[in-house]
Amino acid sequence: MLKLDGCRIANGDFALSADMEISERSTVAVIGPSGAGKSTLLEAIAGFRDLERGKISWRGRDLTDLPPGKRPVAMLFQDGNLFPHMTALQNVGLGLRPNGKLSPDEVAEVDAALARVGLPDMAARKPATLSGGQQSRVALARVLVQRREILLLDEPFAALGPALKVEMLDLVRELAAETGTTLMMVSHDPEDARRICRKAILVAENTALAPQATVDLLNDPPPALRSYLG
Amino acid sequence: MKHLLFAAGILSATSAIAADTPELTVYTYDSFVSDWGPGPQVEEAFEKICNCDLKLVGIEDGAALLSRIRLEGANSDADIVLGLDTNLVSAARETGLFAPHAVSTEFTLPVDWADDTFVPYDWGYFAFVHNAEADVPGNFRDLAASDAKILIQDPRSSTPGLGLLMWVKAAYGDEAPAIWADLSDNIVTVTKGWSEAYGLFLEGEADMVLSYTTSPAYHLIAEEDDSKAAAAFDEGHYMQVEVAAKLAATDQDALADQFLDFMVSDAFQSIIPTTNWMYPAVTPAGGLPEGFDTLVTPDKSLLLSPDEAAAIRDEALGEWLGALSQ
Amino acid sequence: MVGRAQPVNPWPGIGAAALVAALILGTLLAVALRAEAGRGLGPADWAALRFTLTQATLSTLLSVALAIPVARALARRRFRGRSVLIALLGAPFILPVIVAILGLLQVFGRSGWISDLLGLAGLPPLRIYGLHGVVLAHVFFNLPLATRLILQGWQEVPSERFRLAAQLGCDGRAIFRLIEAPMLARVVPGALAVIFALCLTSFAVALTLGGGPRATTLELGIYQAFTYDFDLGRAALLSTLQLTLTVAAGYAALRLSRGDGFGAGLDRAIRRWDGGAVWTDVAWIALAAVLLLLPLSAVVLSGLSGLARTPVILVNAALISVAVAIASTVLLLLLALPMAAAIATGRKGLVELSGILGLSASPLVIGTGLFILIRPLTDPTAWALPVTAMVNAVMALPFALRILLPAARENVQRFGPLAQSLDMRPFAFLRRVMIPRMRAQIGFAAGLGAALSMGDLGVIALFADAEIATLPLQIYRLMGAYQMQAAQAGALLLLLLSMGAFWLLDRGGRWHVEA
Repeated sequence: MLKLDGCRIANGDFALSADMEISERSTVAVIGPSGAGKSTLLEAIAGFRDLERGKISWRGRDLTDLPPGKRPVAMLFQDGNLFPHMTALQNVGLGLRPNGKLSPDEVAEVDAALARVGLPDMAARKPATLSGGQQSRVALARVLVQRREILLLDEPFAALGPALKVEMLDLVRELAAETGTTLMMVSHDPEDARRICRKAILVAENTALAPQATVDLLNDPPPALRSYLG
Repeated sequence: MKHLLFAAGILSATSAIAADTPELTVYTYDSFVSDWGPGPQVEEAFEKICNCDLKLVGIEDGAALLSRIRLEGANSDADIVLGLDTNLVSAARETGLFAPHAVSTEFTLPVDWADDTFVPYDWGYFAFVHNAEADVPGNFRDLAASDAKILIQDPRSSTPGLGLLMWVKAAYGDEAPAIWADLSDNIVTVTKGWSEAYGLFLEGEADMVLSYTTSPAYHLIAEEDDSKAAAAFDEGHYMQVEVAAKLAATDQDALADQFLDFMVSDAFQSIIPTTNWMYPAVTPAGGLPEGFDTLVTPDKSLLLSPDEAAAIRDEALGEWLGALSQ
Repeated sequence: MVGRAQPVNPWPGIGAAALVAALILGTLLAVALRAEAGRGLGPADWAALRFTLTQATLSTLLSVALAIPVARALARRRFRGRSVLIALLGAPFILPVIVAILGLLQVFGRSGWISDLLGLAGLPPLRIYGLHGVVLAHVFFNLPLATRLILQGWQEVPSERFRLAAQLGCDGRAIFRLIEAPMLARVVPGALAVIFALCLTSFAVALTLGGGPRATTLELGIYQAFTYDFDLGRAALLSTLQLTLTVAAGYAALRLSRGDGFGAGLDRAIRRWDGGAVWTDVAWIALAAVLLLLPLSAVVLSGLSGLARTPVILVNAALISVAVAIASTVLLLLLALPMAAAIATGRKGLVELSGILGLSASPLVIGTGLFILIRPLTDPTAWALPVTAMVNAVMALPFALRILLPAARENVQRFGPLAQSLDMRPFAFLRRVMIPRMRAQIGFAAGLGAALSMGDLGVIALFADAEIATLPLQIYRLMGAYQMQAAQAGALLLLLLSMGAFWLLDRGGRWHVEA
């Protein structure tokens, strides 16, 4: 269980409070008006932002003071998920060995991950020669080999077309289910949330509310969400 | 870099092995030690007779040389300093770092020289060098009145520049500022050192450049080129006398004395004319090399004593700056 | 977005900055402490200060103002010889001052090529000596450098931005407003500061082209204080004044150059679609080429005749210079990369300022200070080459930082979070991300560093003995011994070596592969 215990996250003049529990293996959408602090919440969980107070723990282990790389968390950002100067193989390999060379076994593992995301022949390609969807798949392959227990998505597919985005989200859901990963994803599209996530966290008015059923939240939105959904 | 450090280590190791051969360290100016300067021949000639290792250390120019000695003070590595000129002698004496010499010889300088500490080894006349075919003025007044263009060196950064300052002062005294004011439209530019000015002259930037009466000898002897000449000025030519002295704190007292004696001997003096392109302080038995007889010999030699030179330097510099900064 | 841990470790950079500051300020202190009571500053010094500031300001503004259209033209046009021209932009900078002066005057002097042409038309020769001559010479030295620094800025704009602009149908003016002006706002203050500091320390160039003692700069005062007056206190005082001016200029530049990067790009080759007026670009490139190539060809022509009879001693000196340049370049990168990384993580102020210090630290002060410090411990002459390599590295540091910084910042901003979430260690981030992604900048910085070191007289003159001499020192020695022709051959050799080193390193790093 991921637990945010009386957290207060500062981001410049803005601060966000969060106090919640997220059960293991769940898939949770993070929704709310633009600028409400959805990314801030994810960044705090990933370790990119300090807490002013409170603590974050995973399966009872305190994460609060761990640097990002030491947390059981993988994160896909809005952009900059791949190093342009590295091949797909090297990019995915970083998930296994950020600091050293890959062993033959690990290369095989990377190849398998690339195959799993549908890019079996693209290992030697660099990001600039891949389509947007293919770039997303490479990033997902890396997440796959990272074997982190929590995956945070900060709208990595926002730039993709609707059909492609759906395809990617389905792939993410499949992979998360296969590996038993807890998934949290920022979403601007209520339909995405509805399709993929049974639970949703509403971030509005400086507060991130505990997860509740996505269907309930969207069918009977509180005022802050209602004006956003239109 | 490792390689170089290693090389440096080898060097110090070999000097340690050779410790039983005494080492005489002579600080001098850079052009003295260069391959074309007197250094290599002097070293060979002296080491033949001294049973020692002569170490020549080159330091930029005479002024920088004196600064180095002052910087190192009483525990300097140098046993001898060679290459100060009369304008620096007074300041050098004031440091109290130098010891009297024991040299006795007949100097062939055009002026009397008697100094218990500083021994001259060569000398020359400052002069404006020009292309031989050109028609040139015969004194500073004519120069100022003409439209001839000249290149000079800055007295704040070069020995010849300081020499020119003294020349005008020695020749004209209180009239010096007026002379400089009249000269200002003849001066193309003022350079940091001799090399810049001479290089510009060779590129044709001016009709004349401040150098030495011996400069044409270089072109004549080394390059077989007789196209350069020095202008004879009838108010006389200021001299540069270059001297050497023994440091009081030397640990090679006898060897240092031996070097100073060697310095005024034929072996050393005969090297000077065609390497340092100056007149030897004691004309060697074989006379001057062929070509030196073609040089301009001024009727009158001007030289301020070291003390006079030191006393008027700041005033003369102020006048020079004032006249040329208008 | 990073509020806590950093992808790179700032401490090596802070350490390097402290080392540099200690070298520059420590040597200054050593000189000051060794001083006896001397003359303070007089009216002549204030006049020198005024002239120094005037010529430095004019030279800097003109160099950078001209460099902007030239860099823009070079960024927009592809033509034969473009890369050669860009490589040659490094040349004036590395020539020994005396050689550069001779080259300039062979073109612009009273009996230079232009005056000869004017003479054919019955016109009087060019009057080059004066403040305008000083400015012209400084533009010759610094316009190419400014152009390279600003061109680098253009090359760092992701090609996606230009593609977007082209797609929006932006014309040249709109592209300037949207993309280029913000880039310039970021790059130009740094270039101004670097060139201002360089012009501040000019001495032989200012005096010679200035035509007399009116053109006295602070550096001449420092030289005079050291050699002719042996007034170390005055030397330290003047040097402090010079350093203060540089730090002030550097600080102002840092304040001005705040600005955001250009966001992400995918390393596509730069291609531009805005045609713009071809002829203005051609005119700018031609102007820069003439200003640059004429004096250079004068140097080459003068050197050619003596090259066949190059004395062996010059070859030896050249080998020593190459060794020093290699050591100096390695040292430069060891200092500059961690410093750039530290600045990129937000340790701006002091680290960056200490990088700029190297620009106006007088080599005389550093040399003398080091001499005072080393002498009680060991024989300074034995350390001539290591000391030269180190001082050359410190002198080149400001340029290297200017070149490395924007890219370092960009990489830390863009890839820092990803690296952190991957648990990449700072060293791995440096090795696997920063260095490969900054190859172009590292190559350029290393090339410039090597070329600068090769051409720099620096402190070697204070330390060297007869046996060990670098090429520039040997060239000066030749000139001092009437051997003008051999010296000019030496200058050509130096030019070839420096350009070779520059070309090799810069080429090695170029990542914008252009068809």
